[in-house]
Amino acid sequence: MEIKPRILIAKPGLDGHDRGAKVVARALRDAGMEVIYTGLRQTPEMIVESALQEDADAIGLSILSGAHLPLVARIMELLTENEMDDVPVFLGGIIPPDDIPTLQGMGVAGIFGPGASTQEIVHFINDTLAAAQGDRAV
Amino acid sequence: MNELIAGVLDGRARAIARLLTLVENSESAAETAVTALYPHTGQAHIIGITGPPGSGKSTLVNEIAKRLRQQGQRVGILAIDPSSPFTGGALLGDRVRMRDLAGDSGVFIRSMASRGSLGGLAQATWAAIKVLDAAGFAKILVETVGAGQAEVDIARAAHTTLVVEAPGMGDDVQAFKAGILEIADILVVNKADRPGSERVVRSLELMLHLGPMGGTRHHGRILTATIPAANGTSSGWQIPVLPATASEGRGTAELVTQIQQHLAHLQMSGEWQEREQERCRHELRQLLQMRLLARLDTAVSQNEQDALVTAVAAREIDPYTAVRQLLNHFPANHEVSGKSASTT
Ligand SMILES: Nc1nc2c(ncn2[C@@H]2O[C@H](COP(=O)(O)OP(=O)(O)OP(=O)(O)O)[C@@H](O)[C@H]2O)c(=O)[nH]1
Ligand SMILES: [Mg+2]
Repeated sequence: MEIKPRILIAKPGLDGHDRGAKVVARALRDAGMEVIYTGLRQTPEMIVESALQEDADAIGLSILSGAHLPLVARIMELLTENEMDDVPVFLGGIIPPDDIPTLQGMGVAGIFGPGASTQEIVHFINDTLAAAQGDRAV
Repeated sequence: MNELIAGVLDGRARAIARLLTLVENSESAAETAVTALYPHTGQAHIIGITGPPGSGKSTLVNEIAKRLRQQGQRVGILAIDPSSPFTGGALLGDRVRMRDLAGDSGVFIRSMASRGSLGGLAQATWAAIKVLDAAGFAKILVETVGAGQAEVDIARAAHTTLVVEAPGMGDDVQAFKAGILEIADILVVNKADRPGSERVVRSLELMLHLGPMGGTRHHGRILTATIPAANGTSSGWQIPVLPATASEGRGTAELVTQIQQHLAHLQMSGEWQEREQERCRHELRQLLQMRLLARLDTAVSQNEQDALVTAVAAREIDPYTAVRQLLNHFPANHEVSGKSASTT
């Protein structure tokens, strides 16, 4: 049986619209993934708890508030605390180029700006999960 | 696997989550897990929540769980949403309405895709319930795929079935036609803040009174269709029709009271055992069906099966003859029937 990737999509921070997150969620569903959509205004604690209960294979965050650095830092910290460092995190939204190296340094596996196509994101997830599976098999 | 089983029995969230994934993805993992966990199951009160899409099931689950938590009960939640028949993907959005439960280690929420199952549950839901049961959740809330139809499966899987209606969800008679009343232990008319809700309450009450049981139902007419009632008397449970406004938490205290009363009723009337019996019977037959088909697939190649299908489609042979030919390939078939014939 083909195993479906389970992807958690969350919208941390206080800004109030989740159009982008929903577009990505639908695209991933249409690519055959099981997408757990958690909605607006998620705290880092809520996101990591959901990812844990849902046994998510990857976590996608949509952040438009500008607070990406502290939010992502906290989420990565919580993932480590819960021994979930192996769950790849990807990020979408408006991210200033200067912050990208910092985010990558925190362990963010993929960063997608407003211009990124959903196809790119689908490919990224498929490749990342395939690589992770390869690692595990070794 | 052994480590995960131990973790589940300890109630550790990570182990529960991992085992649920295994059980969902692999039939043989489900077998191993259920075999190990089964002696630790049977404690939980399983509550099904079904009803049309958007009627407020998830919002109600959120409210019910909050109240059960106030009573100190640990709550496990399985929320099923449909898989796309075309891509196999799924958008599981029930958690959006359950955010009040975040940060409480006495609650475990898991979203499940239906993966092609039609009855409102996923095939793995039955095993997933056992995982949560063994993990020590006293109450397990199972939200079905939103459907206008009566979801008989949930009534089989649950001890207490809530059917959620709301005003403006199609004409009231439809609920009756779809057999909703046959599976409900408790009827909830949600969105009581909306116009028309009183009319929905009244028409449901009327239907209950007009029904063959006059509002008192022998436990699940559908459920017991195959077994005669032990004594033929009605079990005496009055199906309540409860208005609620889940989004504001109104009516949900009474709802939880009724859920607890239904549990007490099941236990005192002996219906709990009857339902367990019926549930196990159904589950056994489901498993048997699956395993027999799997055996057939081992005995007869896909090509051979395809050739038979083609022959039936071409009207070269009829479906009965095709099935007889398949059964002839079935090595165990002769043996089993031969043996049982000689011993009886
Ligand atoms: N007016 C009103 N709206 C409600 C009430 N309860 C829920 N809603 C809203 O109804 C919509 C659907 O609620 P859900 O709880 O997601 O419904 P559901 O039955 O779980 O939906 P599916 O899982 O998609 O079938 C949401 O926008 C809720 O906020 C209520 O009592 N009154
Ligand atoms: Mg729902």
